[in-house]
Amino acid sequence: MDRQKRRKAVGLCFVLPGFMGVAVFYLIPFLDVFRRSFVTAVGNRFCGFRNYRTVFANAAFRLAAGNTLTFLAVCLPLLLALSLLAALGLSAVADNKRLYAVLKGAYLIPLAVPAASVVLLWKLVFDRHGFLNGVLDAFGIAGKDWMNSGAAFGVLVFSYIWKNMGYVVVLWLAGLASVPETLYEAARVDGAGRWDCFVRITIPLMRPVIFMIVVISLLNSFKVFREAWMVAGSYPEDSIYLLQHIFNNWFRDLSMDRIAAAAVLLCIAVFGPIRLLQRCWEDSR
Amino acid sequence: MRKNRKRILIGIPLLAAAVFAVSPVLFLLTGTFMGTREIASYIGPVLGDGEGFAVFRLIPLYPTLANVVELLLDSPEFFQMFWNTAKITCGVLAGQLAFGTPAAWGLARYTFPGKKKIYMCYILLMMMPFQVTMLSEYLVLDGMGLLDTLWAIILPGAFSTFPPFIMYRFFCGIPESLIEAARVDGAGEVVIFFKIGIPVGSSGIISAMVLQFLECQSMIEQPSVFLKTKSLWPLALYLPEIGLEEAGFALCASFMALIPAMCVFLCGQEYLEQGIVAAAIRE
Repeated sequence: MDRQKRRKAVGLCFVLPGFMGVAVFYLIPFLDVFRRSFVTAVGNRFCGFRNYRTVFANAAFRLAAGNTLTFLAVCLPLLLALSLLAALGLSAVADNKRLYAVLKGAYLIPLAVPAASVVLLWKLVFDRHGFLNGVLDAFGIAGKDWMNSGAAFGVLVFSYIWKNMGYVVVLWLAGLASVPETLYEAARVDGAGRWDCFVRITIPLMRPVIFMIVVISLLNSFKVFREAWMVAGSYPEDSIYLLQHIFNNWFRDLSMDRIAAAAVLLCIAVFGPIRLLQRCWEDSR
Repeated sequence: MRKNRKRILIGIPLLAAAVFAVSPVLFLLTGTFMGTREIASYIGPVLGDGEGFAVFRLIPLYPTLANVVELLLDSPEFFQMFWNTAKITCGVLAGQLAFGTPAAWGLARYTFPGKKKIYMCYILLMMMPFQVTMLSEYLVLDGMGLLDTLWAIILPGAFSTFPPFIMYRFFCGIPESLIEAARVDGAGEVVIFFKIGIPVGSSGIISAMVLQFLECQSMIEQPSVFLKTKSLWPLALYLPEIGLEEAGFALCASFMALIPAMCVFLCGQEYLEQGIVAAAIRE
């Protein structure tokens, strides 16, 4: 009994130093942020939901939230589908170990490339007189001013997929590997084709993994700002104006009340998917 | 024969995608050894002189080290900011090793009151976008008088909950029998952590460090909000400031900034993959 008690204390001692840092830098101040979202910036008086109403009524906030949602709706299915295709292709050539390793490594490289290093390249590619328009011109297609029109959204989607595809490919590969090979062999003996195997074995067995990959990709794509910044810096075109941009703007204006309210709102929005993911982890244990 | 054809059919799009993914790195590599004049002649249209479109070569016509030399010998600000990035990265990783590793061990191997809640906090924070925690961090850093110092980036990074979570996953995978055996032999809890936890869970620790290293190399949001003094900026904020007029120099600097991340990637790719999977999928 005494030993067990001691062991509990030891566990707590391991966790506490780190957790205290987490509490000091993230948890406790967030309580303050929560409080601030209900008081006026000047004078610190309670004002109910006024900050929230201001945020919702703010045109820039609506634009940013709308853009983020559009981005999720367009980019997420595209990213998941493309990376699944790549993962399936990779596992089809898996018996050539060298090729497999080289390809997978190549897909992962963008993950290691700091965003700042490719800013210049992106400028050269997507400029009105840039590489991309040059290539299009060679095929007789009229180019666009990619960065300064609605096409910037396309550039953002492209950049995000370029950067994150390897990440999702690795996840899909792990999921595909979790299906035991013997099942496929048995199915093949019974005369099942590739497609049958995929629909009847791979997808049903991978369902929990698929769900995890979808949710984690969803959560990751809330962090898309870095790609937008890579494309357009701090003052982007309207179609890629994102939440982080408006937070930065408010920060410059010192409108802490609005930032507080918006942070609480965003926290609530992300809370649901995170709980979902966590439940999924627990179920599959 | 048929099998071969099929393989080519799958292989070509896969290869094309791979070349595509790597091409920015190749571009930077080429640009690094190209003379300023040569680059200017290729990208002239972007710079605003004349019509037509920018072009590029895979291999420089007149390879030169001029830009590399200028960068290494003649641009103190580059070094300053390279150094800032290095300090941030080292600080964050050291903090994670000192505080994150034990925390992950405690969460993975012990039961104590409040553990579930703490675990929940770690997961929630790990997934939150920076916008949610930005004001919180600002308020604390302001209160501590740390704004506009490198500590403003290092301290929150050292307590970020993502690396401990990855280590937690790996620590959970260590068989209990191993630890029980050590206890029977009379090993204390701290000894078990150092003699079993760290060596057996080392791949988890390395995975977490590799991911955090890459994160530190491309941090943008935090430094752009918390650092005002330019001499404190990390490379990630400095590079985009170099204009296209100095394209040769900028390409060279971008490439140099890429080198540490590339080295860690090439040495630690296996760990990177393990870390990615551990953070997302529970099998």
